Amino acid sequence: MLEISELYKSYEHQPLLKGISFSVGPGETVCLLGASGSGKSTLLRIVAGLETPEAGRLCWDGEDLAPVPAYRRGFGLVFQDYALFPHLNVFENVAFGLKMQNLPSGTIKLRVTNALEQVNLSGFEGRDVTDLSGGEQQRVALARALAPRPRLLMFDEPLGALDRNLRERLIDELRRILHTSRIPAIYVTHDQEEAFSLADRVLLLHEGQIVRDGTPAEVWREPGSAWAANFLETGNIFEGVLRPDGVVESPWGALRLPCRHPHKPGDRVSLLLRPAGARVLSAEKADGRKAEDEANSLVGRVADVVFRQDRFKVTLTNGLYFYLAEAPQPGAEIHLEIPPSAIQCLA
Amino acid sequence: MDYRLDCGGPALSLVSNTGRRAGWVRDSLPWLAPLFFLGLFFFYPLAHILWIGLAPAALKDLAPAAFSLVGRTLLFTFYQAALSTLLTLALGLPAAFLFARYDFHGKGWLRALTAIPFMLPTVVVAAGFSAFLGPRGWLNLGLMDLFRLQVPPIVFVGTFGAILLAHVFYNTTIVIRLVGNALAHLDPHLEQAARSLGADDRRVLDRVTLPLLRPSILAASLLVFIFDFTSFGVILLLGGPAFSTLEVEIYKQAVQFFNLPLAGLLSLIQLLCTLAFSVIYSRVVIGTTVTTLPRSADSNLHKVRRPGEKVFAGAMIVLLLVTFLLPLVSLPVRSLTHLEADRGQRGAVQYGLTTDYYAELFVNRNDSVFYVPPFRAVGNSLGYAAATVLLSLLLGFPAASALARPGRLDRLIDPVLMLPLGASAVTLGLGFIVSFNRPPLALVASPALVPLAHTLIALPFVIRSLQPALASIPDRLRQAAASLGASPRRVWQTVDWPIVARATLSAAVFAFTISLGEFGATSLVVRPEYPTLPIAIARFLSQPGGMNYGQAMAMATILMLVCGVGIAVIERLRLPGAGEF
Repeated sequence: MLEISELYKSYEHQPLLKGISFSVGPGETVCLLGASGSGKSTLLRIVAGLETPEAGRLCWDGEDLAPVPAYRRGFGLVFQDYALFPHLNVFENVAFGLKMQNLPSGTIKLRVTNALEQVNLSGFEGRDVTDLSGGEQQRVALARALAPRPRLLMFDEPLGALDRNLRERLIDELRRILHTSRIPAIYVTHDQEEAFSLADRVLLLHEGQIVRDGTPAEVWREPGSAWAANFLETGNIFEGVLRPDGVVESPWGALRLPCRHPHKPGDRVSLLLRPAGARVLSAEKADGRKAEDEANSLVGRVADVVFRQDRFKVTLTNGLYFYLAEAPQPGAEIHLEIPPSAIQCLA
Repeated sequence: MDYRLDCGGPALSLVSNTGRRAGWVRDSLPWLAPLFFLGLFFFYPLAHILWIGLAPAALKDLAPAAFSLVGRTLLFTFYQAALSTLLTLALGLPAAFLFARYDFHGKGWLRALTAIPFMLPTVVVAAGFSAFLGPRGWLNLGLMDLFRLQVPPIVFVGTFGAILLAHVFYNTTIVIRLVGNALAHLDPHLEQAARSLGADDRRVLDRVTLPLLRPSILAASLLVFIFDFTSFGVILLLGGPAFSTLEVEIYKQAVQFFNLPLAGLLSLIQLLCTLAFSVIYSRVVIGTTVTTLPRSADSNLHKVRRPGEKVFAGAMIVLLLVTFLLPLVSLPVRSLTHLEADRGQRGAVQYGLTTDYYAELFVNRNDSVFYVPPFRAVGNSLGYAAATVLLSLLLGFPAASALARPGRLDRLIDPVLMLPLGASAVTLGLGFIVSFNRPPLALVASPALVPLAHTLIALPFVIRSLQPALASIPDRLRQAAASLGASPRRVWQTVDWPIVARATLSAAVFAFTISLGEFGATSLVVRPEYPTLPIAIARFLSQPGGMNYGQAMAMATILMLVCGVGIAVIERLRLPGAGEF
C-alpha cells in the first residue's frame, strides 16, 4: 500500500523532516504522534500532494506518487478545523468529492445518504454547516472524506478542537468506522490517548525523525528513548551510574536493573521508574530490609497528594511521583519498595 | 462604510434600573450637537433642493428639452459607471489575487502605491494625468520635440478613455482591499480539502474560491460603482465639456446656467440613486461578514515559483507600476521641468529643471486670474482645514462615544449620521447655496460655508475613526483599573486616553486631508476671493499658457505631498482590526 522512504523537507531553511520512512498496510490505522511543530502536519500534506518533499519517495502499490497531483491521489483529508465549505449545505459538502468524479446524481444521493448514516447524521442533508455543533461539523467532514471511498484517509488532529467527552465518543465511532470500512488511515495527533486508542501502529515523531514504531502496547511498554518516555509521560526519568554488582546508583537511591541490559559498569544509565507498583513499607519493616539489601527501596518525604479516581498520585519532595492505593500524610516520610518490573533502561 | 460594532449593550443595562427617563435624557445628550448640525446643514438644504426640484411651478417651466437632458445624463452616468466598474474589476481582481497569494519583494510598497490615489484629491489626480498624458504632459511634449510635430500626438484629456482610466486609477484599491482581504483570510484548508476530494485547479477556483469570494466581489463592485456614479472632479477636469454625469450637470446647471429648478431635479435623482445603491450595498455587506472566516493572512502566502506564476506576477507588477506610479511621479517631475515647445511665451524657450513655477506662486501679477498671490490659496486651504478639524472633532467625539456603547436609540441614529456619505458633494454644495443665501443665514457671502461643507463630508469619517477605538475598550478594563485603585480621572488618563489618542489624531488627519482636497462642494460654495488649493489648481489648469500650467503643476504637487503625509499618518495610526471603508 503506501510506502514512504527517506522523506526530507525544510521550512524557512530549518530542516523539518529528516529522512522519514514508514509504510501503511491494508486496513491499517497508523498514528503519527509528536509534539506540535514536529512536522507531522507537513508530512500529512506531503502525502496528500499539497506540498512537495525536497527528497524522498512516496509510493502507492509500487507506483511513484510524485507526478500524481493532489486531486488524483484519492486520499481523503480531515482537518482539525473541519474545513467545511461554508457556502454549501451538508448534502453538498458530502457530495463534493462525488461530483468531482462526475457520478450520476442517483449514485451521489445514495452514497451521501450512506456516508451520513455511517457518521450518525442521517437526516442532516439540508442543514447549513454553519448551524452545526463542533462535533456534528467534524462528523460531516468525516462523511465528506469517506463518501468518495478514498484509498487512504488522513486525519490532521481532527478532534483537537472538541471537548473531552465528545472526543472520547468520536474516537470510539472513528475506530468502528475505520475497522468496518477497512480503509487504511494515517492519523496525526499530539494526544497519546487518542493515538493509543485508535492506532494499530504508533509512530513517534521527534525532531524530524521517527524514533519509535510499534503497536500501542509495545510503544508504551518500551518507549526506547528518554525523550519518548518523557513525552508519553510513562514515569520518572533520571540518570545514574552502573555499579559492578548491577545496581544503579542514582541521587534518589540504588536501583537494581532488570536482568538484561547492554551497559558496562561505570556507564551513565538513563532509567525509567514507572510510578505504579511501588509498595509503602512500615518503618520497622524498612529497617529490617535495609540491612539485607538497600537496593530497590526509596525513602522520601511526601510533598503533595492528588486524588486520581482509583488511586493517589503522590509526589515526593525530591520530585519523583508514584501511584499509591493509600494516601500518606503530606510531610510524612515514607519508605517505598520498588518492584524490579517498574524499572527500565532507556537508550 | 461598514464597521462592525462588537461592543454589546451590557454597559447600558447596568446603568439604568432606576429612572429610565433620566437615562433616556442622558443618553440623548451627546446627540444634540451633531444632530442639530446635521439638521441645519444637511437635512434643511436637502429639503430645500427637494422643494425646488419638485415644485409644480418649477417643473412646468422646464422645457421638454430639459427632460431629455436629464434622461441623457442619467443614461451616461450609469453607462460610464458600469464600464468603469468592469475595467476596475479587470485590473483589481488579478491584483487582489497577486497581493493575497504571493510574497515578493516590495509588495507592501506596491500595495501602498495602489492605495494612494483613493485618498488623493481629484484635482491632483487630474493634474497627474495631465502631466503624464495631457497636451502639455511630458509624453506629448517629448514626442512633439522628438518628431518635430505641431500638435500633441496623444489625445487623452477630453476623451471618454481619460474618464475610465482615472476611475480605474482611483478605485482599484477598493477591489484589492475588499476582495484581497477576503482571499487572504480564506481558510487554506478549504481549497486543500477540495483538492483532496478530487478538484483540479480550475474546479477549486470555480466551486470553492469564487463562490466564497462572491459577496466581497459584489461589495467591491457596488462600492466602486457608487464612487464612479458620483464622480465629479475627474469628469469635469479630464472629460472636458463633452461629457456630463448627473454630478457635473448639477454643477453646470447651478453655476453656469443658474437653472436652479433643473439642478434641483437632477440632485433629487442623484440622491435617490445613491440612496438605493447604499441600501443594496449594506445588504451585500451583511452577506460578506458571514462567509469569511478569520484566518491569519500569512497562511495563504507563498513565493512565486512556477514559470506560470512568474509570468503572471511579473506582468501584474509592471501593469500596476505603469498605472499607478507614472501619473503620480509625472506630476512633481513636470512641476520642476521646463518642457515648453509652444510659442508665445515670455522669454526664450528653456529646457531643464526649474523652480520658476513655485516662485511664481508667490508673485501677484497683473494678468493673474487672482487678485492675490496664488500662494494665498494654500493659506486659505490650511485655514479651512483647521476649522474643519476642530468642528468635526467637536461634533464627532460625543457622537462616537455614544455609538461605542449602542443602545436602541443609537442604532437608529447611526445610519442617520452616515447619510452625508451617500449624498453627493455637489448636491451638498447646491443645497448650501440655495438655503443660506438670505438672512438670518446669509452665509453665501462669507467664507464660513466652506468649512461647514467640509465638516459635513468629514464627519462620518471622523466618527468611524473614533468609534472603533472607543468601542475597543472593554468595560472590564476600566473596572479592573478602578478595582486597582484608579479614580475615574486616572481611569480616563491611563486606560481611555492612550487608546483614544491615536484614533483622535487619525480622525483629525482624516478631516484635515478631506478638507484640503475637497472639490465638489467647494466649487459651488467657495468665495472667488478666498479660493482653496483645489479650486486654484482647477482654474490654472483651465487657463492657457505654460506658466499657468506650470503653476497648476506646482500647486498640485504641494497638495499631493501634504495629502500623502496625511495618508501615511492615518495608515500608521490605523487600529489593528479596525474596518476598511
